[in-house]
Amino acid sequence: MTVSSATAPAILDVRDLTIEFATRRGTVRAIEHVDISLAKGETLGIVGESGSGKSVTSYAVMRILDRAGRIAEGSIMYSGVDVVAASEDELRDLRGREMAMIFQNPRAALNPIRQVGRQIEDVLLEHVQTTRGEAKQKAIEALQQVRIARPEERYHAYPFELSGGMCQRIVIALALACRPQLLIADEPTTGLDVTTQKAVMDLVVELTRERAMSTILITHDLGLAATYCDRIVVMEKGKVVETALSKDIFSNPGHPYTRKLMRATPRPGAGLRDLLPLEAATAPLPAPAPSTGEVLLRVEGLVKEYPRQDTSGLFSKFFGKQQEPQAPFRAVDNIGFEVRRGETVGLVGESGCGKSTTSMMVMRLLDPTSGRITFAGEDISAVPARNFATNPMRRRIQMVFQDPTESLNPRFTAARAIADPILRGKSMSRDALRARCEELAGLVGLPLEFLDRLPHQLSGGQKARVGIARALALSPDLVILDEPTAALDVSVQAVVLNLLQDLKIRLGMSYLFVSHDLHVVRLLCDRVIVMRAGKIVEAGTAEQVLEAPTAEYTRQLIEAIPHPPV
Amino acid sequence: MTILSEAPAETKRPAASGLMAMVRHTQYVLAENPVTAGSFALFIAFLIAAILGPSIVPYDPLASDTAAALQSPSAHHWFGTDQLGRDIFSRVIVATRLDMTIAIASVVLVFLLGGFAGIAAGFYGGWTDRIVGRISDTIMAFPLFVLAMGIVAALGNTVTNIIVATAIINFPLYARLARSEANIRREAGFVHAARLSGNSDPRILMCFILPNIMPLMMVQISLTMGYAILNAAGLSFIGLGVRPPTPEWGIMVAEGAAFIVSGEWWIAFFPGVALMLAVFCFNLLGDGLRDIVDPQRRT
Repeated sequence: MTVSSATAPAILDVRDLTIEFATRRGTVRAIEHVDISLAKGETLGIVGESGSGKSVTSYAVMRILDRAGRIAEGSIMYSGVDVVAASEDELRDLRGREMAMIFQNPRAALNPIRQVGRQIEDVLLEHVQTTRGEAKQKAIEALQQVRIARPEERYHAYPFELSGGMCQRIVIALALACRPQLLIADEPTTGLDVTTQKAVMDLVVELTRERAMSTILITHDLGLAATYCDRIVVMEKGKVVETALSKDIFSNPGHPYTRKLMRATPRPGAGLRDLLPLEAATAPLPAPAPSTGEVLLRVEGLVKEYPRQDTSGLFSKFFGKQQEPQAPFRAVDNIGFEVRRGETVGLVGESGCGKSTTSMMVMRLLDPTSGRITFAGEDISAVPARNFATNPMRRRIQMVFQDPTESLNPRFTAARAIADPILRGKSMSRDALRARCEELAGLVGLPLEFLDRLPHQLSGGQKARVGIARALALSPDLVILDEPTAALDVSVQAVVLNLLQDLKIRLGMSYLFVSHDLHVVRLLCDRVIVMRAGKIVEAGTAEQVLEAPTAEYTRQLIEAIPHPPV
Repeated sequence: MTILSEAPAETKRPAASGLMAMVRHTQYVLAENPVTAGSFALFIAFLIAAILGPSIVPYDPLASDTAAALQSPSAHHWFGTDQLGRDIFSRVIVATRLDMTIAIASVVLVFLLGGFAGIAAGFYGGWTDRIVGRISDTIMAFPLFVLAMGIVAALGNTVTNIIVATAIINFPLYARLARSEANIRREAGFVHAARLSGNSDPRILMCFILPNIMPLMMVQISLTMGYAILNAAGLSFIGLGVRPPTPEWGIMVAEGAAFIVSGEWWIAFFPGVALMLAVFCFNLLGDGLRDIVDPQRRT
C-alpha cells in the first residue's frame, strides 16, 4: 500500500536494503529489501516487535552496524550523499552534524564521570560549532532548549545526579546541539515512566517541528508511534509489511500483522480475550469462583526506611547535593491494604514510588522497618527475611519476576528451573519429578521439548512461561507478579496475561500485581492501589480508579498514556 | 483449558544430551580457533609426558655417565647431556610430572581457598567482605615472589610448601575476582527466585552463584597455572624448593646457566623451552576453556 507522502523532497531514501549478519550458522538476513523514504520535516515511526529489524535499519542509516553486520544490497541516500559508499571520514562528519541519534538507555549513553555541560561542549567543539570561549554559553543554551530548569546549575551535574527523564533530555540536547537535519530516536522512552515519557516525547516533537527536522521514531509501542508520528512503517521479521499515515493505521490497518499488533495492544474498552488474535480459537474466560471474602494477606502500617548515608545508585537521583543527610529516607511510608482469597490487587505507581519495595517485603525477601504483614492469619513479618527460606509459609507465597531472562539461572535447563522449588521441599523420584514438571509445563503452555533447553535457547515468551511454572510449582496461595510482562513484546504480553488470568481462576490463587501500566492493570485487577513517594494516594475497584479517579496524581497518570488519534 | 501458544521463536535441532552437546561444542570451539586447538594439543602433550614420562624416556634421568658428559645434542642424546652425563631429554620429560603437579595442586588449592572466600565476601558483604579484603590487601602488599621465598624458607624446603606458597601468593587474584562477580549476582533475579524456592544461602552460593562465575574462573585458573609453573621453577632456580638431583625445569636451568658462557647452551636451553611452552600453553588455553565452560556460547 503506497501512501501519498508529503510533497517535500525526500531527505532520506532507503531503497531495497538488505543487511546480513555473519553468525556461527552462516549468514542471517536481519532485514530484507526494505524501502523507506523520509521527507524533510516529517516524523516517521518504525514499529515492530523485537527481532523485526527496526533498530538494524536505523543503525544502517548511520552506518554504525557492528562488525558482523554487512549491507548486502540496496542503497541509502541521505540528501544526495550515498551513505553506503561513503568513507569513514565523510561519515564522521555526517554523524552528529547532519544526523543524530537518541538511544534507549539515556544513562548508558552519557559518560558517567563527566559533567553533562562539558559533554555538550565536547560535541559542539568536535563539529566546530563554537569556539572554546563561548562553548559554555552555548551548552547552557542547549540545556535551556530541552527545558531543563536552572541550566547554569545543571551544567555542572553528573549523570548519576539526574533522574532518567533528565538524562534523556541531556541526550536530546547532545543530539540536537549541532542542529542536525535528521534525528533517529531508538526507543527513547522505554524504561521511563509514563508521565516522563509524555514530557520527553512532547519535547522531541516540539523541538523537531521548530527546526523543521526529520525524525525517525523507533518503537515497539504502536500507540506511541501513532500519537507522535505522521507516518508509520510496520516491520515484521526484517520486512516492511505496511506503510500508512498514522491517522489511518488504527482505523484501517491493512496488513494482518498490523491488525494482530493492534489487537494485542491493551487499550480502553478491550477485555483480556480481545487482545488475542481472532484466529486463535480460545474459550471465553471462565467465570471467577465466587469470592469467599476471606482475607488472605493483610498489610498494616508498613514502613521501610533506609539510612541516608547509603544514598548510592538508585537513591542518589532523588537526593542530589542539596539534601542534608539527617532523617532516614522512607521508601515505604505507613501503608496498609488487604488481598482477599481469589482476588487480584494491582499496585500501581511510577519508578521510585515504593511498589517494588512493598512487594519485596510482602515476599519476605526484605525486612520492614515497622508494620505487620499477616498472611492466612499468621504474622509472617515476625520471621526475619533471612530465615524465611526454610519457613513452611514460604511455599504459599511465590513470585513471578519482571525480567524473565534475569530471573532464570543461565546454567539450569527449563525443567531444572521449574523443579527447583519442588526439590527443596520434599524428596521425589526422578520420574515423579519429571511428570510434575511436564504437568506444570502443560499448565503454562510450554511445549515439552523446550524443557531441556537452557534459558538462552528460549524466546522471551517461553522464558516467561518457565518463570510462571516455577512460581506455580508449589501450588502457592498468593503470587506476586512484578511487572511480569514489562520485558515482553505486546503480542506475547497478550498471551501471558490471558494465561495468568486462566491459571488464577483455575487454581484459585490470589495475585498482587505490581505494574506501572494502567491499561494492563485494568485488564487483570479487581482492585487497584495507586502509590506515590511511598504513600497510597488512591485505592478502590479497578473501574472506579481508572474511570473516575479522585486523586490528581491518578488523573495525571491516566492522561500521560499515549492517546493515538482514532 | 485451551493452550495459548505464540508462534515458535525459531526451530532448532532437538537438544542432545548434555555430554554430547559439550563434546560437540568443544569440537566447534577448537575448529573455530586454531590457536586454542594448538594450545590444547600442547596441553595434551604435556599431560602425556607427565603421566607416562618415566616409562617412555630412553635413559634414566638420574643415572650419571661421566664418560658422556657435556655432549651436544645428537641422535643418541637429542637434547645433549649435562655435566654429569645425564640425558637432558629424559630429564626434561620426567620433570614435567613434578612441575605439573606443583602447578595443578597449587591452583586447586588457591581456587578452593580464594574462590570460596571471594564468593562468600561478595555474597554476604559486611564483615566477611572486610576480613577477606584485608587479607588480600596484606598479601598484595608484599612483592609476591619475595613472599613466596619467605614462606618456603620459613616452612621448609618441600614440594608441599612450594604448593602452599604458590597458592598463598595467588589468593588475592582469586578472592577479588570471585568477590566482584558474586557481588554482581547477589541481587540477580534468579538468586531471589532461588530464595523463594526455599534454597538456603550456602546452597545458593554453591549451586547458583559458583557455576555462573566458573567461565571467568577458568580463565583465571589457566593464567595462574602458567604463573604457578614459573613460580615453582623460580623458587628452585634460586635454590629453594625442589633439590637436586631431582629433575625439575628450574633447577636444570639454574645448573645449566653456568655452562652457557663456555658454549654448552643446551643444558639450560631445553628445560627453558619446556618452561616457556608450558606457560605459553596455559595462557592461550584460558580463552578456549571459557568458551567451552560457558553454556551461553553453546547453541
